Amino acid sequence: MKIIKNIGLVIFLIGLAIFTTVTVTGKFTVNEQLLEQIVTEKKIKSDLFKQELQDKVVGKEFNSMLSLSPIVVNALENANNQHKKNKEYKKVIYTKPHDMAAFIGKKSASGYIANNKGTMWFLTFGLGIIGALMFILPNVILLGKKGIKNDGIYLESATNKGWIAWMVFIFLVSFYLVLYFRSEYAVNWTLIVDPISEFLSGNPAGHWFVYGFMYCVVMLVMAARMYIKYRHNMYQIVRTTSVLFFQIVFAFLIPEIMVRLQMPYYDFKNAFPLDYDFFFQWNLKSLINSGGIGMFILVWGILLTLVVVPVMVYFFGKRWYCSWVCGCGGLAETLGDPYRQHSSKSLFSWKVERWLIHSVLLFAVIMTGLTLYSFFAETSTVLGIKTSSIQNLYSLLIGSVFAGVIGTGFYPIFGNRVWCRFGCPLAAYLGFVQRFKSRFRISTNGGQCISCGNCSTYCEQGIDVRAYAQKGENIVRSSCVGCGVCSAVCPRGVLKLENGPEEGRINPTEVLLGNDVDLMKLVNKK
Amino acid sequence: MEHIVIIGNGISGVTAARHIRKLSDKEITIISAETDYFFSRTALMYVYMGHMKFEHTQPYENWFWKKNRIDLIKGYVKSIDHKNNVLKIDNHTDIKYDKLIIATGSKPNKFGWPGQDLGHVQGLYSKQDLEALEKNAPNKEVCKRAVIVGGGLIGIEMAEMLRSRDIPVTFLVRENSFWNGVLPSGESQMINEHILEHHIDLRLETNLVEILADDNGNARAIVTDKGDTIECNVVGLTAGVSPNINFLKDSGIELGRGVKVNRLLETNIPDIYAIGDCAEQHQGIGKRRPIEAVWYTGRMMGETIAQTICGNPTEYKPGHWFNSAKFLDLEYQTYGWVFSERSKTDEEQHFHWRHASEKICVTIAYHKDTKAFLGINTFGIRMRHNIFDRWLTENRTIEYVLEYLKDANFDPEFYSQYEKEILAKYNQENGTNISPKKKSWKRIFSKA
Repeated sequence: MKIIKNIGLVIFLIGLAIFTTVTVTGKFTVNEQLLEQIVTEKKIKSDLFKQELQDKVVGKEFNSMLSLSPIVVNALENANNQHKKNKEYKKVIYTKPHDMAAFIGKKSASGYIANNKGTMWFLTFGLGIIGALMFILPNVILLGKKGIKNDGIYLESATNKGWIAWMVFIFLVSFYLVLYFRSEYAVNWTLIVDPISEFLSGNPAGHWFVYGFMYCVVMLVMAARMYIKYRHNMYQIVRTTSVLFFQIVFAFLIPEIMVRLQMPYYDFKNAFPLDYDFFFQWNLKSLINSGGIGMFILVWGILLTLVVVPVMVYFFGKRWYCSWVCGCGGLAETLGDPYRQHSSKSLFSWKVERWLIHSVLLFAVIMTGLTLYSFFAETSTVLGIKTSSIQNLYSLLIGSVFAGVIGTGFYPIFGNRVWCRFGCPLAAYLGFVQRFKSRFRISTNGGQCISCGNCSTYCEQGIDVRAYAQKGENIVRSSCVGCGVCSAVCPRGVLKLENGPEEGRINPTEVLLGNDVDLMKLVNKK
Repeated sequence: MEHIVIIGNGISGVTAARHIRKLSDKEITIISAETDYFFSRTALMYVYMGHMKFEHTQPYENWFWKKNRIDLIKGYVKSIDHKNNVLKIDNHTDIKYDKLIIATGSKPNKFGWPGQDLGHVQGLYSKQDLEALEKNAPNKEVCKRAVIVGGGLIGIEMAEMLRSRDIPVTFLVRENSFWNGVLPSGESQMINEHILEHHIDLRLETNLVEILADDNGNARAIVTDKGDTIECNVVGLTAGVSPNINFLKDSGIELGRGVKVNRLLETNIPDIYAIGDCAEQHQGIGKRRPIEAVWYTGRMMGETIAQTICGNPTEYKPGHWFNSAKFLDLEYQTYGWVFSERSKTDEEQHFHWRHASEKICVTIAYHKDTKAFLGINTFGIRMRHNIFDRWLTENRTIEYVLEYLKDANFDPEFYSQYEKEILAKYNQENGTNISPKKKSWKRIFSKA
């Protein structure tokens, strides 16, 4: 069994190595004809840019984005600078330089990867999946009898912030940097998944399709790990199935199929303000112009945030969204599960959390307010501030850096819920509802707590669960996403996630510690 | 200002300190030789197993003590001079107290076995024990086998710890079935099976005769009363604990096995109190033992003594007995009294249900004539403490308990529920026709 695991690990690493190498290999050739096509498709009016590509790119063969990308980026920046200087604003190209490089790369790719997509898929995704499963599945036997299997978590490099964790950290951060800021290096990845994308939506894949597909694959494989690890715990099994379903069907398949049906791309479970660009002008316009389905999405999106989400939180707590439905939560609960113990439990972190997450919510609300004002007043500035620059700032700082690079990249170091705990504006909103108007709580079982600290250690949201449990207090914290792991790891059966009457939720009957009632009355009176 | 000094920074001493601080402005000092800060002893096993780091066992952050003006001294109290209210401490200046709380906990039992003080022979109680185990048994290459002597809760925990590093374990148990002095036979039998499933070499009805030394004065093997010699590198002595009170021998404080206290937790010397594992009631309270080495009783005594010291003399009155433990993967909870066959009275009758394939079972004790509910043991099913506490206070019958058992279920959502099966067995055995009532929040939150 151990041998199978090790072989699996090697296969996985080979797949990963090929996947990584692919970013800087390949073959890109642009001929006259293709250049014309690019110019037409992108509606490029800059003769400077065209000329520079003509001189430096056309007819040459590039063996890596490393050599092609700088030329395109330079050409575009030079051309734009020149045009702006000459006040030829009509000629300025508004496609971002790296997106242009990616666009040209995608069009001009030829050679082995472009011609052997199936093989390349097998060598990257295929090997990765096979290797990972070979590493994970033997645990059915190796973990022994069912139960909590956290042995060695703090003894192993990968899960105790050792060198493996730092390697994973570097990989994930780099991956997100490529995805958000250097998408030209993802061109070969898009080629590999083109057949899948074409099958689903009829279009070739972009780098966001790569991400969406990978997201599903990673969650599926890591869900297998969850099923094995928590096979004694029905709550975890049902919950894992739920996040998988919503990711694959709602976040991945339905939007792609909608595109095929000439409908707008939309993830029906992605609620504003997590879906921060829902009210952006381009989105509203696209929805309004999409006929019935567009209006339906518009109404649904508003209802989702204003009615569905809070009502569900009232009945079930924010867990129904954060750890049963949400994609970010889904990744955190599968890929992120091995890192859940790294969330800081200090009081200081809690303070930072409250300031940060509520600031982001405020930011999102103000940004959306400006956006809507601009939309209805048909102006691009409010009080002299350009709405689009606020939107861009939000997209960059919150949408890309916080949610992606930090949110997932930092899994191995700060735990799997950095974004959900410190940054997600939707989580902040749900948190208010959960704290002040909800039937959800984690009940503490009388005086059974022995203060061992398993619950706090494995709380991904950094809640010091023990601090409540040892006092016999129920946990009603706004940040709790109801993953249920505190209850699972408790050796004494102290914690239970449940939805019950609001009365008695915060101070259940008198605090029952086992002491005789007389004394407890006295303690309570004080 | 009155100076309260507490010896021992375990759950009892720390709870006392916290509650005295809540109730008063007195000067508070805690002295411990074991660690700088309070930690949860029950979690030591998880540190060795890699579930946690030692810092995770500390329920309060390090700034907590200064913020709450609780002074911490690391030192070993050598003696108490109660005439002058002075403590003598190793490597520390003497300390004067106005009121003294002894909360020194327990130490592992040793029964005079030859070789019991050799190297690599240890208990599992203190942080030092954990460090010793980490040193003596870091992996299966260094520690090729460990022998554990004593079939109680700490013994099985130590076995689980060592198995988490794949170290072969031989487990010597004096009784003919694991912990059957406490558990009824059905449960004890189920744990025997579970121990074997975890590849632990369980030897029932086997006693330690002698521990043999190697050239370095470390244990190399043990000899059992069955005549077996078992090679090993570590010997765990886990045959219970007893009060850690050697330093009080000549103090003038009345001692039995522990520090003798009355219901106000006062010793025979004014202004000296004892709480937690080291305290011994003159007479056991209810069916409780005079010395209770249990986490929550320590905490409750700490809460009680704080009242007394802060001007509100309060008797220690533990409510209905309850407890819990985990045997490898099996969770155990108990409410009220369920005695083993060895110690139960004739009036106590048991109803036992065990799942056909899973390691799940329930034993309910009841009075054979009145059918009064006496207590319940559950394995693999979690129960609500407050519900059973109320049912015990209300003197419910076993049939009432079974009928409303769903109210008491505390398992996570989506878990299989067994009330129907349990009831079916009871009905069949007793010719009754009880059906389970649906769970009711109203009943759960109603008050006794």
